[in-house]
Amino acid sequence: MNDINPRAHLERSIEDIKRKLIKLGKMSGESLSKSVHALKSQDGELAGSVIKMDDSIDSLRYEIENDCLHFIARFQPLGEDLRAVSSCMYMASDLERLGDYGNSISKTAIELSDEEYIKPLIDIPRMFDIVEAMLEKSLEAFEKDSKDLAIEVFALDDQVDDLETQILRELVFLMIEKTSRIEQGSKLFLVARNLERAGDHVTNIAERVLYILTGEYVSASKYRRPEKKGRSEGF
Amino acid sequence: MFTIAEQKGERTMEKDVLIKVSNLDLHYGDNHVLKDIHLEIVRNNVTALIGPSGCGKSSFLRCINRMNDFIRGAKVTGEIIIEDMNIYSRSTDVISLRRDVGMVFQKPNPFPMSIYDNVAYGPRLHGMKNRTKLDEIVENSIKGAALWDEVKDKLNSSGLGLSGGQQQRLCIARAIATNPDVVLMDEPTSALDPLATAKIEELIRQLKEDYTVVIVTHNMQQAARISDYTAFFLLGDLVEYGQTSKIFTSPKDKRTEDYITGRFG
Repeated sequence: MNDINPRAHLERSIEDIKRKLIKLGKMSGESLSKSVHALKSQDGELAGSVIKMDDSIDSLRYEIENDCLHFIARFQPLGEDLRAVSSCMYMASDLERLGDYGNSISKTAIELSDEEYIKPLIDIPRMFDIVEAMLEKSLEAFEKDSKDLAIEVFALDDQVDDLETQILRELVFLMIEKTSRIEQGSKLFLVARNLERAGDHVTNIAERVLYILTGEYVSASKYRRPEKKGRSEGF
Repeated sequence: MFTIAEQKGERTMEKDVLIKVSNLDLHYGDNHVLKDIHLEIVRNNVTALIGPSGCGKSSFLRCINRMNDFIRGAKVTGEIIIEDMNIYSRSTDVISLRRDVGMVFQKPNPFPMSIYDNVAYGPRLHGMKNRTKLDEIVENSIKGAALWDEVKDKLNSSGLGLSGGQQQRLCIARAIATNPDVVLMDEPTSALDPLATAKIEELIRQLKEDYTVVIVTHNMQQAARISDYTAFFLLGDLVEYGQTSKIFTSPKDKRTEDYITGRFG
């Protein structure tokens, strides 16, 4: 008879939660990706499909939360297991927020689908590309228990912030030139803000991965460039 | 050396250390059971000793009131200082040590006598004869063990007639009747049902107001629930010692992590 692995049931249960969390990450990433694509291509139908996805993202998030509660009740985990299951609950919440941003950007895409853009959309898709790379890295770090991949996520968030500042600066000049651009300009700025916030939530996920692996709360700022004075004003 | 300040990983804080263990080694014949143990146990706190079977945690507990003296071939070296007194010095009065360091065992073991006499046993052994005073000690001790309401009308009945959980609380009453500084507990709930266990756990939390409690438990969730500090023993070594909240969420040593997550032991 083979040796009994006393952790077999526990490990299967936590692997199941991890699998669902990665699925949630992929769904949220898809929501963001499609929303930005819909905005760029002014595809109202695609944007509508993103809005329809939101319910399934929400319900998967609550399913994960429920699984985590059951896991805690069933196994009374300690150590790394406890860090993993508690972190999964936070990470599910962070990932679900990405879906919310996708939803919000899609609504903007629908509102602007018939308008001529005041500028070509270049930096917003670039921002998304970086957020997407951050998300992929953080999910891979989670899946493969990789501290190095998690740490790589942090510096990328600087690039996201830089692009947001650049977009704001550009939009402000455009709006100053012509007040009729204010409505669309402020909507586009909100899209950039959504993506910047998405970057922050992905950063949280990478921080959580490090907490699971090390037991230490590591702040992303340790791996980012020092904060510039007045940067938050955007100019 | 595991000092409290180091384990906390914070700024140095003076803790009120009641028991200071240094260079403690225990041999049973050729078997080296405890290896160079250094540990400080904080007054009015609950300290849990955890580790797989045979790791030395019960042997360590039994060093604190010299119960190992009864074991043939047991040899202890090093120091255990309780209230400035090295309990292994030649001048130590072992009988009075065991009055100051009470013990509760795995299986409830009331004496085959009345509930009253069980609790009065220790004070009488130490010369207490005044009936009024004894009544007072018995009542306070049984109240202290959260058993009074259940037995106040049958103090002259045999202690063996109580349920397992009540018997264990009677043993706790007996242990605290001599007004000890320390109460040692060796898996005190392992023979009890969940409700009786929960009552003992709540009692332990209350006991620390007046006593310093050191408890051996195989139940890590119990250690996590009731203790302030936890010491993890493995093969006679003290692997890690620190605040319970830290040990059970983010232990420093990989061996502790592996033990508390059920990878071995």
